[in-house]
Amino acid sequence: MRTLVTFAVLVIALFAALIAGNVWGNASLTPKLALDLEGGTQLILRPTAEDGERVTEDTIAQAIDIIRQRIDASGVAEAEITSQGGSNIVVALPGEPDDETLDLVRESAQMLFRPVIVQAAPTPVEDASATVTPPAEGTEPADASDPAWVTQDVLDQFNAYDCTDPENLAGGAELVGDPEAAVVSCDQNGAVKYILGPVEVRGEEIANASSGLRTTQTGAITSEWVTNIEFDGDGTVAFREVTTRLLNLESPRNQFAMVLDGLVISAPSVNSIISDGKAEISGSFTRESAATLAQQLNFGALPLTFEVQSEQQISATLGSEQLQRGLLAGLIGLVLVGVYSLAQYRALGGVTIASLVAAGLLAYGLIAVLSWTQGYRLSLPGVAGIIVAIGITADSFIVYFERIRDELRDGRTLPAAVEHGWDRARRTIIISDAVNFLAAVVLYFLAVGGVRGFAFTLGLTTLIDLAVVMLFTHPVMLLAARTKFFGQGHRFSGLDPVRLGARARYAGRGRVVVAGQAQPADDDLAPVGAVGSDEGPRRATIAERRAAARLAASTPPAGAPPGAGAGPGAEAPSEDPADGAAQDDVRTDGKDA
Amino acid sequence: MASRLSQWGNDLYTGKRSYDIVGNRRRWYAISLVILVLSAGFLATRQLNPSIDFRGGAEFTVTGVEDTAQQPAIDAVASVDAEEIPRVSVVGGSAMRVQTGDLDDTQVREVVQALAAAYDVPENEVSSSFVGPTWGKDVTGKALRGLVIFLLLVSVVMTLYFRAWRMAAAALVALAHDLVITVGLYAGIGWEVSPATVIGFLTILGYSLYDTVVVFDKVRENTDKVTEQKRFTYAEMANLAVNQTLVRSINTSIVALLPVGAILFIGAFLLGAGTLRDIALALFIGMAVGTFSSIFIATPFEVTLRQREPAIAAHTERVLAARAQAAQAGGDATATGAPPVVVGAVMPGAHLGTRAQPKRRKPNRPSGRQS
Repeated sequence: MRTLVTFAVLVIALFAALIAGNVWGNASLTPKLALDLEGGTQLILRPTAEDGERVTEDTIAQAIDIIRQRIDASGVAEAEITSQGGSNIVVALPGEPDDETLDLVRESAQMLFRPVIVQAAPTPVEDASATVTPPAEGTEPADASDPAWVTQDVLDQFNAYDCTDPENLAGGAELVGDPEAAVVSCDQNGAVKYILGPVEVRGEEIANASSGLRTTQTGAITSEWVTNIEFDGDGTVAFREVTTRLLNLESPRNQFAMVLDGLVISAPSVNSIISDGKAEISGSFTRESAATLAQQLNFGALPLTFEVQSEQQISATLGSEQLQRGLLAGLIGLVLVGVYSLAQYRALGGVTIASLVAAGLLAYGLIAVLSWTQGYRLSLPGVAGIIVAIGITADSFIVYFERIRDELRDGRTLPAAVEHGWDRARRTIIISDAVNFLAAVVLYFLAVGGVRGFAFTLGLTTLIDLAVVMLFTHPVMLLAARTKFFGQGHRFSGLDPVRLGARARYAGRGRVVVAGQAQPADDDLAPVGAVGSDEGPRRATIAERRAAARLAASTPPAGAPPGAGAGPGAEAPSEDPADGAAQDDVRTDGKDA
Repeated sequence: MASRLSQWGNDLYTGKRSYDIVGNRRRWYAISLVILVLSAGFLATRQLNPSIDFRGGAEFTVTGVEDTAQQPAIDAVASVDAEEIPRVSVVGGSAMRVQTGDLDDTQVREVVQALAAAYDVPENEVSSSFVGPTWGKDVTGKALRGLVIFLLLVSVVMTLYFRAWRMAAAALVALAHDLVITVGLYAGIGWEVSPATVIGFLTILGYSLYDTVVVFDKVRENTDKVTEQKRFTYAEMANLAVNQTLVRSINTSIVALLPVGAILFIGAFLLGAGTLRDIALALFIGMAVGTFSSIFIATPFEVTLRQREPAIAAHTERVLAARAQAAQAGGDATATGAPPVVVGAVMPGAHLGTRAQPKRRKPNRPSGRQS
């Protein structure tokens, strides 16, 4: 009873949370749909490193961040970008995105180091009086930091450029610009805009980047977070030259900008000449920001190109048709299962249907809440998983009911049979659900494509099945066993002991209550040691000999009523159900349960 | 019907009616061998028909079509690339799916235009997809890896749960049997093998084991103390278990097949080619075969394995010898000749604790139950 209340509270809490989220938050009462049901475009990209190096999960995470930034900035709402199976990136875009958006997704990202020439506030400036005046035409820039790179064209562009406009923060190949010329670039947060000199060090020349607490020269560890970069051979030489030159320049020209995907992720100033290729970037880093910078640098060290594995467009009408038909299939399946269990289990089928409805409610609520909090989306294979789970869930009830029936056949009363049957069925249900869940988990983690949605709902419904059987079906059975209808085994209750052929049971005080089949109780349950003793042929037990004698005596008058005696012949099981005895049996035990 | 079935169930449970499934195991082995050979034949001759996800290529979907004739699509593709012979199928009520080999971007655009013209729909009703040639390999590789990891995990779990590696081995043999037959029959039907089909195959793993586990649970319960009694052999007790779970197995498979059948029906007749249809067919075959194997293959095979175990073999020999002796010596009416009627596991009872003892009612307590 208490568990039943717990279950009800659980379900109500789930839906209350959902409705509350709907009223006060952004939750929707229906689960969000995946692309194959809603329509849209799905790209599956596989990032490959140029030099055949292994692509790590960190790099993929960084690639996803970059793609997300590009898409978010381009104004496409609700794009979903996930990594799949550790080596692929799935980009799902709702609706029909144009070619530009698709190109944004497919492009690879580059990291470049450029010196800063001019730095200014992000907003466009009307007045052209910048900090630098464009040099006379024809002046050749002496080095990468030379203000001579800033031609009138660059300056005009710089003045008009608006770094607060999200479109300019999308990143992408067109923002990277000519590596041999000066470019205008924004800080990734849109806080500063820069004119940057030509590329001096490339991302590939970074050997490794890491973040950590700063270690002083004496080896003591301070509480300051820093990012460490290590360059490879070429990078070390190039970086030494850069730092040597920048060290003596005035601000802001003593800074070098790290440009990832056309956006400046960091522009530290140079404090010393780095000759060993091991630089340390310090500043107001937190642990996260230091780690992020290190991750971005590492990503830059391994330029990825995205290979399009599959590109799929699903029209919205086709998707909704699929969903409708899928739900129709589920409904038909549910009704068929309901009808079958009513036919098979009579009133017990009602318990099955109630449990299935409870499981359905729980599944719907959980999926809706997951789609709200975790961004889960229901796909067509997911729907298939739920429909398949109807059968698996109903099976738990069948296992349970069959066990109860078995116990009834053994002569137990209903309350006792429910208790006993539950004990045994529970083990079976748990192990079989465990196997199913294991399959779902393995499928989920190793899956690609739609397999994931299927595995997810299959695993979820397996857990729901377990919860419903434990918290709903069993308590309901306990309650039902107390009612007269079930407890006394009404014909239509599906638990009629007579129909089930309940057997003899020792009722105490030497009485044996004989039910469906008249068999002496001691035949089956004879003590093990008494039969087949080691010396010679097996001797019949006293009971068996008496039974044989009685049989021999009663055989000549063939009309002797079978089943009338307390102990009929051992090998002549009577067909007579002996209804009265069975009823009596139930009542006797019903009292003390 | 129900009452007759439940009467049949009773008889099976009490052992009044019993099918000698374990005893006739050679027959079942032979039957499944025939089906296995048949499946292998299908696989060899008809082969699996890989979908575009495995072949790679371009796919066009035309929606809102009034006339679902295929020829316009074939002509439309031929007008762009004369050598390309597309696969055209109807999806749902008013959509066409056209699959071609690899096309470049301009060709794709031309095909979209041609298809829109051919079916007299606006161009935005034609959507195109592209699948790279390596994508399918990826899916297959992942599926195979999933299979191996799953099998390893499951063998460990089953061995731990049943505390007998032979049971785990028998379950895995039944599993392999199901998988081969399912894939073979699927190839025989000749539908496309899409990632959805692969999902179906992988789900069969879980389902087949699930079914087998329930039967084995009963086998284990019945044979728990089999060596402590001298009446029945291991095989007989196992056979009883199969009979006792027969009704449950039938009910389970019907209940599991009904929803899958519903998807299959809807998928095949209303939706046409697609995820639901492929998944449902794979599951339908797999579940049916899984039920067969859990009854007729798993337990008999487990018994075959088990009888190699010295303790069980010696026990079987002892029981049979004692039985033969009894039959020889006592031609009389004592019930020892044929395998007698059996109910449940033959094991002595145990003390249930003092709480199970009758209690005297306290005189000063009010009558009735207090709750």
